[in-house]
Amino acid sequence: MAETVTPVHEAALEHTRLRHHFATPAQQMDAATLGMWTFLITEVLFFGGMFASYAVYRNLYLDAFASTSEYMNVVLGGTNTAVLICSSLTMVLAVRAAQLSNRRHTTLFLILTMIFGTTFLVIKGFEYHSKWVEHLVPGFNFHYALPQYQQHAQILFFLYFMMTGMHALHMIVGLGLLTYLLVQTSRRVFSASYFAPMEMIGLYWHFVDIVWIFLFPLLYLIGHRR
Amino acid sequence: MLVWLTLICLTGLTTGVSYVDLGWMNIVVALFIAVSKASLVAWIFMGVRHTTSLTKLFVVAGLVWLSIMILVTFSDYSSRSWTYQAQPWSHNAAGGKSR
Repeated sequence: MAETVTPVHEAALEHTRLRHHFATPAQQMDAATLGMWTFLITEVLFFGGMFASYAVYRNLYLDAFASTSEYMNVVLGGTNTAVLICSSLTMVLAVRAAQLSNRRHTTLFLILTMIFGTTFLVIKGFEYHSKWVEHLVPGFNFHYALPQYQQHAQILFFLYFMMTGMHALHMIVGLGLLTYLLVQTSRRVFSASYFAPMEMIGLYWHFVDIVWIFLFPLLYLIGHRR
Repeated sequence: MLVWLTLICLTGLTTGVSYVDLGWMNIVVALFIAVSKASLVAWIFMGVRHTTSLTKLFVVAGLVWLSIMILVTFSDYSSRSWTYQAQPWSHNAAGGKSR
Protein backbone atom coordinates (compact mmCIF):
# COMPACT_ATOMS: atom_id res chain seq x y z
CA MET A 1 0.00 0.00 0.00
CA ALA A 2 1.45 3.33 -1.03
CA GLU A 3 -0.47 5.48 1.45
CA THR A 4 1.06 6.03 4.87
CA VAL A 5 -1.23 6.49 7.84
CA THR A 6 0.04 8.48 10.77
CA PRO A 7 -0.49 6.53 13.98
CA VAL A 8 -2.85 8.35 16.35
CA HIS A 9 -1.99 9.07 19.95
CA GLU A 10 -2.68 6.04 22.15
CA ALA A 11 -4.68 7.65 24.92
CA ALA A 12 -7.26 9.04 22.52
CA LEU A 13 -7.85 5.56 21.19
CA GLU A 14 -8.31 3.78 24.49
CA HIS A 15 -12.05 3.42 24.01
CA THR A 16 -11.66 2.13 20.49
CA ARG A 17 -9.62 -0.86 21.67
CA LEU A 18 -7.27 -0.30 18.77
CA ARG A 19 -4.71 -3.06 18.62
CA HIS A 20 -1.14 -2.15 17.83
CA HIS A 21 -1.00 -3.91 14.47
CA PHE A 22 -3.75 -1.74 13.01
CA ALA A 23 -3.21 1.82 11.90
CA THR A 24 -6.71 3.17 12.49
CA PRO A 25 -9.92 1.90 14.14
CA ALA A 26 -11.60 1.96 10.73
CA GLN A 27 -8.99 -0.37 9.34
CA GLN A 28 -9.42 -2.66 12.34
CA MET A 29 -13.17 -2.74 11.71
CA ASP A 30 -12.63 -3.52 8.03
CA ALA A 31 -10.27 -6.34 8.92
CA ALA A 32 -12.74 -7.78 11.41
CA THR A 33 -15.54 -7.58 8.86
CA LEU A 34 -13.46 -9.31 6.21
CA GLY A 35 -12.47 -12.02 8.65
CA MET A 36 -16.06 -12.63 9.69
CA TRP A 37 -17.21 -12.82 6.08
CA THR A 38 -14.44 -15.30 5.32
CA PHE A 39 -15.84 -17.53 8.05
CA LEU A 40 -19.36 -17.02 6.73
CA ILE A 41 -18.45 -18.12 3.22
CA THR A 42 -17.00 -21.32 4.69
CA GLU A 43 -20.38 -21.78 6.34
CA VAL A 44 -22.05 -21.15 2.98
CA LEU A 45 -20.12 -24.05 1.55
CA PHE A 46 -20.83 -26.15 4.63
CA PHE A 47 -24.57 -25.79 4.23
CA GLY A 48 -24.14 -25.66 0.47
CA GLY A 49 -22.95 -29.25 0.45
CA MET A 50 -26.20 -30.35 2.04
CA PHE A 51 -28.20 -28.16 -0.32
CA ALA A 52 -26.35 -29.71 -3.25
CA SER A 53 -27.22 -33.23 -2.11
CA TYR A 54 -30.82 -32.09 -1.62
CA ALA A 55 -30.84 -30.75 -5.17
CA VAL A 56 -29.49 -33.97 -6.63
CA TYR A 57 -31.98 -36.23 -4.84
CA ARG A 58 -34.90 -33.93 -5.48
CA ASN A 59 -34.00 -34.03 -9.16
CA LEU A 60 -33.90 -37.80 -9.10
CA TYR A 61 -36.99 -38.48 -7.01
CA LEU A 62 -39.26 -35.49 -7.51
CA ASP A 63 -42.52 -37.38 -6.99
CA ALA A 64 -41.44 -38.86 -3.70
CA PHE A 65 -40.19 -35.49 -2.53
CA ALA A 66 -43.37 -33.74 -3.60
CA SER A 67 -45.46 -36.25 -1.67
CA THR A 68 -43.69 -35.34 1.56
CA SER A 69 -45.09 -31.81 1.50
CA GLU A 70 -48.21 -33.01 3.25
CA TYR A 71 -46.24 -33.93 6.32
CA MET A 72 -44.55 -30.58 6.59
CA ASN A 73 -46.42 -28.06 8.69
CA VAL A 74 -46.34 -24.96 6.52
CA VAL A 75 -47.98 -22.83 9.21
CA LEU A 76 -45.27 -23.61 11.74
CA GLY A 77 -42.55 -23.31 9.13
CA GLY A 78 -43.86 -20.01 7.86
CA THR A 79 -44.21 -18.71 11.40
CA ASN A 80 -40.65 -19.72 12.10
CA THR A 81 -39.52 -17.83 9.02
CA ALA A 82 -41.32 -14.71 10.21
CA VAL A 83 -39.86 -15.19 13.70
CA LEU A 84 -36.33 -15.30 12.33
CA ILE A 85 -36.88 -12.28 10.12
CA CYS A 86 -38.09 -10.37 13.18
CA SER A 87 -35.04 -11.54 15.09
CA SER A 88 -32.83 -10.19 12.31
CA LEU A 89 -34.61 -6.87 12.61
CA THR A 90 -34.10 -6.69 16.36
CA MET A 91 -30.45 -7.69 15.87
CA VAL A 92 -29.91 -4.81 13.46
CA LEU A 93 -31.57 -2.47 15.93
CA ALA A 94 -29.36 -3.82 18.72
CA VAL A 95 -26.19 -3.13 16.72
CA ARG A 96 -27.46 0.34 15.88
CA ALA A 97 -28.22 1.01 19.55
CA ALA A 98 -24.66 -0.02 20.43
CA GLN A 99 -23.33 2.30 17.75
CA LEU A 100 -25.28 5.12 19.36
CA SER A 101 -23.94 4.18 22.81
CA ASN A 102 -27.51 3.48 23.96
CA ARG A 103 -26.96 0.72 26.50
CA ARG A 104 -30.57 0.31 27.52
CA HIS A 105 -31.80 -0.18 23.95
CA THR A 106 -28.89 -2.49 23.16
CA THR A 107 -29.87 -4.73 26.06
CA LEU A 108 -33.55 -4.56 25.11
CA PHE A 109 -33.01 -5.52 21.49
CA LEU A 110 -30.50 -8.23 22.36
CA ILE A 111 -33.02 -9.80 24.73
CA LEU A 112 -35.75 -9.52 22.09
CA THR A 113 -33.49 -11.24 19.55
CA MET A 114 -32.86 -14.04 22.01
CA ILE A 115 -36.57 -14.40 22.69
CA PHE A 116 -37.25 -14.71 18.96
CA GLY A 117 -34.42 -17.22 18.61
CA THR A 118 -35.72 -19.32 21.48
CA THR A 119 -39.24 -19.17 20.05
CA PHE A 120 -37.87 -20.54 16.81
CA LEU A 121 -36.21 -23.44 18.63
CA VAL A 122 -39.36 -24.20 20.64
CA ILE A 123 -41.49 -24.34 17.49
CA LYS A 124 -38.84 -26.56 15.90
CA GLY A 125 -39.04 -28.81 18.93
CA PHE A 126 -42.78 -29.21 18.44
CA GLU A 127 -42.25 -30.06 14.79
CA TYR A 128 -39.59 -32.64 15.60
CA HIS A 129 -41.85 -34.20 18.19
CA SER A 130 -44.72 -34.50 15.74
CA LYS A 131 -42.39 -36.08 13.19
CA TRP A 132 -41.29 -38.58 15.79
CA VAL A 133 -44.87 -39.45 16.64
CA GLU A 134 -45.76 -39.91 12.98
CA HIS A 135 -42.87 -42.34 12.41
CA LEU A 136 -41.09 -40.02 10.05
CA VAL A 137 -37.65 -40.12 11.64
CA PRO A 138 -35.30 -42.15 9.41
CA GLY A 139 -33.64 -44.99 11.21
CA PHE A 140 -36.13 -44.98 14.08
CA ASN A 141 -39.12 -47.01 13.02
CA PHE A 142 -39.58 -44.99 9.83
CA HIS A 143 -42.83 -45.82 8.13
CA TYR A 144 -44.23 -43.82 5.24
CA ALA A 145 -47.91 -43.86 4.32
CA LEU A 146 -47.23 -44.25 0.60
CA PRO A 147 -45.28 -47.50 0.25
CA GLN A 148 -44.09 -46.79 -3.27
CA TYR A 149 -42.18 -43.77 -2.00
CA GLN A 150 -40.99 -45.31 1.25
CA GLN A 151 -37.33 -45.47 0.32
CA HIS A 152 -37.05 -42.13 -1.43
CA ALA A 153 -39.11 -40.15 1.03
CA GLN A 154 -36.76 -41.38 3.68
CA ILE A 155 -33.98 -39.55 1.89
CA LEU A 156 -35.91 -36.33 2.12
CA PHE A 157 -36.59 -36.79 5.81
CA PHE A 158 -32.97 -37.60 6.43
CA LEU A 159 -32.02 -34.37 4.67
CA TYR A 160 -34.74 -32.52 6.57
CA PHE A 161 -33.41 -33.58 9.96
CA MET A 162 -29.81 -33.13 8.92
CA MET A 163 -30.26 -29.61 7.56
CA THR A 164 -32.69 -28.25 10.12
CA GLY A 165 -30.70 -29.97 12.86
CA MET A 166 -27.49 -28.31 11.74
CA HIS A 167 -29.35 -25.04 11.47
CA ALA A 168 -30.78 -25.43 14.97
CA LEU A 169 -27.27 -26.16 16.27
CA HIS A 170 -26.11 -22.92 14.72
CA MET A 171 -29.05 -21.14 16.35
CA ILE A 172 -28.04 -22.50 19.75
CA VAL A 173 -24.48 -21.34 19.23
CA GLY A 174 -25.89 -17.97 18.18
CA LEU A 175 -27.91 -17.76 21.39
CA GLY A 176 -24.73 -18.44 23.35
CA LEU A 177 -22.96 -15.65 21.46
CA LEU A 178 -25.84 -13.29 22.16
CA THR A 179 -25.58 -14.13 25.86
CA TYR A 180 -21.92 -13.14 25.67
CA LEU A 181 -22.96 -9.85 24.07
CA LEU A 182 -25.51 -9.27 26.83
CA VAL A 183 -22.86 -9.78 29.47
CA GLN A 184 -20.47 -7.44 27.70
CA THR A 185 -23.18 -4.83 27.29
CA SER A 186 -23.92 -4.96 30.99
CA ARG A 187 -20.23 -4.27 31.59
CA ARG A 188 -20.49 -1.13 29.46
CA VAL A 189 -17.97 -2.44 26.96
CA PHE A 190 -19.74 -1.22 23.82
CA SER A 191 -20.07 2.35 22.68
CA ALA A 192 -19.90 4.45 19.56
CA SER A 193 -16.14 4.01 19.50
CA TYR A 194 -16.16 0.22 19.91
CA PHE A 195 -18.94 -2.10 18.85
CA ALA A 196 -17.13 -4.63 16.66
CA PRO A 197 -18.29 -7.82 18.47
CA MET A 198 -21.90 -6.63 18.19
CA GLU A 199 -21.59 -6.18 14.47
CA MET A 200 -19.71 -9.43 13.88
CA ILE A 201 -22.13 -11.57 15.87
CA GLY A 202 -24.89 -9.69 14.07
CA LEU A 203 -23.40 -10.92 10.80
CA TYR A 204 -23.44 -14.48 12.11
CA TRP A 205 -27.05 -14.15 13.21
CA HIS A 206 -28.17 -12.78 9.84
CA PHE A 207 -26.36 -15.60 8.12
CA VAL A 208 -28.26 -18.20 10.14
CA ASP A 209 -31.44 -16.36 9.12
CA ILE A 210 -30.42 -16.54 5.44
CA VAL A 211 -29.88 -20.30 5.70
CA TRP A 212 -33.41 -20.70 7.04
CA ILE A 213 -34.77 -18.43 4.27
CA PHE A 214 -33.52 -21.03 1.81
CA LEU A 215 -34.43 -24.05 3.93
CA PHE A 216 -38.07 -23.06 4.29
CA PRO A 217 -39.19 -23.08 0.64
CA LEU A 218 -37.03 -26.04 -0.29
CA LEU A 219 -38.12 -28.34 2.52
CA TYR A 220 -41.65 -27.21 3.26
CA LEU A 221 -43.07 -26.00 -0.02
CA ILE A 222 -41.93 -28.63 -2.47
CA GLY A 223 -44.89 -29.91 -4.41
CA HIS A 224 -47.96 -27.98 -5.36
CA ARG A 225 -50.32 -28.61 -2.56
CA ARG A 226 -53.91 -29.58 -2.87
CA MET B 1 -38.17 -1.30 8.98
CA LEU B 2 -39.08 -1.15 5.34
CA VAL B 3 -36.69 -4.00 4.70
CA TRP B 4 -38.36 -6.04 7.42
CA LEU B 5 -41.78 -5.41 5.92
CA THR B 6 -40.54 -6.42 2.47
CA LEU B 7 -39.07 -9.61 3.87
CA ILE B 8 -42.33 -10.52 5.62
CA CYS B 9 -44.29 -9.87 2.43
CA LEU B 10 -41.90 -12.00 0.39
CA THR B 11 -42.34 -14.82 2.89
CA GLY B 12 -46.10 -14.61 2.49
CA LEU B 13 -45.67 -14.50 -1.27
CA THR B 14 -43.46 -17.55 -1.42
CA THR B 15 -45.92 -19.50 0.72
CA GLY B 16 -48.89 -18.40 -1.35
CA VAL B 17 -47.24 -19.15 -4.66
CA SER B 18 -46.46 -22.69 -3.53
CA TYR B 19 -50.18 -23.40 -3.57
CA VAL B 20 -50.42 -22.44 -7.24
CA ASP B 21 -49.40 -25.07 -9.74
CA LEU B 22 -46.87 -23.62 -12.14
CA GLY B 23 -45.22 -26.93 -12.93
CA TRP B 24 -41.47 -26.70 -13.02
CA MET B 25 -41.68 -22.93 -12.60
CA ASN B 26 -42.63 -23.44 -8.97
CA ILE B 27 -39.07 -24.14 -7.89
CA VAL B 28 -37.73 -21.29 -10.02
CA VAL B 29 -40.11 -18.78 -8.45
CA ALA B 30 -39.46 -20.12 -4.95
CA LEU B 31 -35.70 -19.89 -5.40
CA PHE B 32 -35.98 -16.45 -6.98
CA ILE B 33 -37.92 -15.16 -3.99
CA ALA B 34 -35.49 -16.83 -1.58
CA VAL B 35 -32.52 -15.27 -3.35
CA SER B 36 -34.17 -11.84 -3.21
CA LYS B 37 -34.82 -12.20 0.51
CA ALA B 38 -31.27 -13.37 1.15
CA SER B 39 -29.87 -10.51 -0.92
CA LEU B 40 -31.95 -8.01 1.02
CA VAL B 41 -30.68 -9.39 4.31
CA ALA B 42 -27.09 -9.47 3.11
CA TRP B 43 -27.06 -6.08 1.46
CA ILE B 44 -28.87 -4.08 4.09
CA PHE B 45 -29.14 -5.97 7.38
CA MET B 46 -25.62 -7.31 7.17
CA GLY B 47 -24.27 -4.07 5.83
CA VAL B 48 -22.53 -5.41 2.76
CA ARG B 49 -23.36 -2.14 1.05
CA HIS B 50 -21.02 -0.39 3.48
CA THR B 51 -18.14 -2.83 3.26
CA THR B 52 -14.90 -2.47 1.34
CA SER B 53 -14.62 -3.75 -2.22
CA LEU B 54 -12.40 -6.54 -0.97
CA THR B 55 -15.10 -7.81 1.37
CA LYS B 56 -17.69 -7.63 -1.40
CA LEU B 57 -15.30 -9.67 -3.55
CA PHE B 58 -15.06 -12.31 -0.82
CA VAL B 59 -18.84 -12.57 -0.62
CA VAL B 60 -19.13 -12.98 -4.39
CA ALA B 61 -16.29 -15.50 -4.36
CA GLY B 62 -18.11 -17.61 -1.78
CA LEU B 63 -21.16 -17.69 -4.02
CA VAL B 64 -19.01 -18.58 -7.01
CA TRP B 65 -17.53 -21.58 -5.18
CA LEU B 66 -21.00 -22.66 -4.12
CA SER B 67 -22.21 -22.56 -7.70
CA ILE B 68 -19.14 -24.52 -8.83
CA MET B 69 -19.99 -27.24 -6.33
CA ILE B 70 -23.62 -27.42 -7.37
CA LEU B 71 -22.97 -27.25 -11.12
CA VAL B 72 -20.20 -29.84 -11.12
CA THR B 73 -22.18 -32.19 -8.87
CA PHE B 74 -25.18 -31.90 -11.15
CA SER B 75 -23.17 -32.49 -14.29
CA ASP B 76 -21.66 -35.56 -12.67
CA TYR B 77 -25.06 -37.05 -11.99
CA SER B 78 -26.59 -36.13 -15.30
CA SER B 79 -23.72 -37.63 -17.25
CA ARG B 80 -23.81 -40.95 -15.43
CA SER B 81 -25.67 -42.62 -18.24
CA TRP B 82 -23.15 -41.61 -20.89
CA THR B 83 -20.79 -44.34 -22.03
CA TYR B 84 -17.61 -44.23 -24.03
CA GLN B 85 -17.50 -44.04 -27.79
CA ALA B 86 -15.22 -46.93 -28.73
CA GLN B 87 -12.34 -45.85 -30.94
CA PRO B 88 -9.97 -48.25 -32.74
CA TRP B 89 -7.24 -47.32 -30.30
CA SER B 90 -9.39 -47.46 -27.15
CA HIS B 91 -9.58 -50.55 -24.99
CA ASN B 92 -13.14 -50.03 -23.78
CA ALA B 93 -15.49 -52.77 -24.74
CA ALA B 94 -18.61 -50.62 -24.47
CA GLY B 95 -19.50 -48.85 -27.67
CA GLY B 96 -21.69 -45.94 -28.53
CA LYS B 97 -22.91 -42.97 -26.57
CA SER B 98 -26.24 -43.84 -25.07
CA ARG B 99 -27.66 -40.39 -24.42
